[in-house]
Amino acid sequence: MTRLLMKGTDAIGEAAVRAGCRYFFGYPITPQSELTHYLARRLPEVGGLYLQAESEVASINMVYGAAGAGARVMTASSGPGISLMQEGFSYMAGAELPCVAVNLMRGGPGLGNIAPSQADYFQATKGGGHGDYHMIVLAPNSVQEILDYTQKAFDLADQYRNPVMVMADGIMAQMMEPVELEEERNIELPAKPWAATGMAYHQGRNVINSCYVIPEEMEVVNLRLEKKYQQIRQNEPLCDSYLLEGAEIVLVAFGTASRLCRSVVDKARQRGIPVGMIRPITLWPFPYDFIEDIAGRVKWMLAVEMNMGQMQEDVQLAVKGKIPVYHYGRLGGMVPVARDILEEVVKLYNGGALR
Amino acid sequence: MKKVFTRPKTLKDVAYHYCPGCTHGIAHRLIAEVIDELGIQNTTIGMTSVGCSVFTMEYFDMDMVQASHGRAPAVATGIKRVLPDRIIFTYQGDGDLAAIGTGEFVHAAARGENITVIFINNAVYGMTGGQMAPTTLMGQVTKTTPFGRSKEVNGFPVKVCEMLTPLEGAAYLARVSVHSPKSIIQAKKVIKKSFEVQMEGLGFSLVEVLSTCPTNWGLSPLESVKWLEDNMIPYYPLGEFKKPGVLA
Ligand SMILES: Cc1ncc(C[n+]2csc(CCOP(=O)(O)OP(=O)(O)O)c2C)c(N)n1
Ligand code: SF4
Ligand SMILES: [Mg+2]
Repeated sequence: MTRLLMKGTDAIGEAAVRAGCRYFFGYPITPQSELTHYLARRLPEVGGLYLQAESEVASINMVYGAAGAGARVMTASSGPGISLMQEGFSYMAGAELPCVAVNLMRGGPGLGNIAPSQADYFQATKGGGHGDYHMIVLAPNSVQEILDYTQKAFDLADQYRNPVMVMADGIMAQMMEPVELEEERNIELPAKPWAATGMAYHQGRNVINSCYVIPEEMEVVNLRLEKKYQQIRQNEPLCDSYLLEGAEIVLVAFGTASRLCRSVVDKARQRGIPVGMIRPITLWPFPYDFIEDIAGRVKWMLAVEMNMGQMQEDVQLAVKGKIPVYHYGRLGGMVPVARDILEEVVKLYNGGALR
Repeated sequence: MKKVFTRPKTLKDVAYHYCPGCTHGIAHRLIAEVIDELGIQNTTIGMTSVGCSVFTMEYFDMDMVQASHGRAPAVATGIKRVLPDRIIFTYQGDGDLAAIGTGEFVHAAARGENITVIFINNAVYGMTGGQMAPTTLMGQVTKTTPFGRSKEVNGFPVKVCEMLTPLEGAAYLARVSVHSPKSIIQAKKVIKKSFEVQMEGLGFSLVEVLSTCPTNWGLSPLESVKWLEDNMIPYYPLGEFKKPGVLA
């Protein structure tokens, strides 16, 4: 175990390498570019390949090919590029191909800006592409978690044969924090007997496909996928909590916003306001059950997000109308300030909650 | 009894869904014969694209990967970079390759991606019901050019082989046709060469196959081959546009 200072983008890259990922296909966009700079150097060191594609559309389709051939593979981008990849994610979900895609979110819609944002929540968790499918979505909130969850993302992708997204933003990408880096070890990658590697290399004939022209057959596939999603919903929801004991008020936040909320909780407690926090780590599957359980014991929740209230809807679904769920957000690449969040909490606590 | 003609090993024993007189089937057969002759059935992975040929995954007896519309060269790139010793080919229509997939095939060629592209030019979008393709000829009537393709509205047809010729990464570029026995024999030779170029590791190879679509051309199979010969070949001349030095 080594303790060292590491930057968010380097942590994503290093985690991928340590997870046995040897292929990265991508197209430059801020704030993702520094990750590609890292991998363009690092991957060749381990016999891997960094290939700059002609677009994000090409990138995700190269990922599709590499995944179809059985490789651990990843791509990364930000809003506009992730939008271009949506058809590809849908195809990968349909053909049941594993991959890891990183979205370092930025202000939008449109070209927006390069400032940190969480506005791609709906796109990632509600199926930004077409058809009935889901991606597993992980939202780390520290460089250590970026290291840990990026590696986990590859395992989940292979385990469920499904694309997995790691969502963060420019702050997390640029941030330097101390991390515990485990010794590099040789990991055994799971066998992929389904991969299209040529018939000489496996039993029978392998076809990677998401096309089922006969509706009866497509429905069977849809049902099989839904069964898998159900399994993921049951087994994989992850969340963290802070000072829920005695809390009457719960802030719900992920990623960068959750870092701010932690200090809001501390400050509120100093003032005698009983605040706690829930931090979803998997945005899909969303930790509905955990939040519902807590909802039975508190007065209201406040979703704090760098968007207009996207995760708020999932929190509302989780609490099933038992308690009010408010929202506080900054938009367009603006980052909430702890003082302002605290002010909102105080206002709601002093009766504003009845508004 | 002596068997003198049989199904290539690489083609599965299933009926094609193609319309009567469609020459997609001839192109399939030529590819399968070439793969048999080169002995690469078990080391080849084929990419189907979106168009009438999407079901080739059920016709070729080998590992197949179905790519999204236009992206087969990117998917092929992903596979080839992971498995550089396998033989990878894409099979794409003119809408798939020369319209929506323009970025992918041009850049695969520019990178000198060591794959083979079989490009079926039938001057129309077959699968979606006969709309204009980027290769639709001037004046040609389609569902979306009911008064004929005009330069004012639609501009000019794309000549894929000619367009790729200056790219250094493109190693082998040729245009063939399958409208007559003679042209079919020639087409097979060229397709074989395109696979050999890849097996030698010489770079990107593309064979454009002029093909018929009787259904959407509104012609009988016989009229279709005549129409191809009379109209397509003058605009899309047959021949080898580029060969690697070692083949020249
Ligand atoms: C992204 C996307 N856009 C459009 C379509 C609809 N589509 C299916 S096949 C096709 C045209 C295929 O024409 P071509 O490539 O010429 O093949 P052909 O059927 O003529 O062999 C189109 C536009 C699609 N499947 N995906
Ligand atoms: S629509 Fe045209 S290209 Fe498609 S199968 Fe029929 S004849 Fe062939
Ligand atoms: Mg066509």
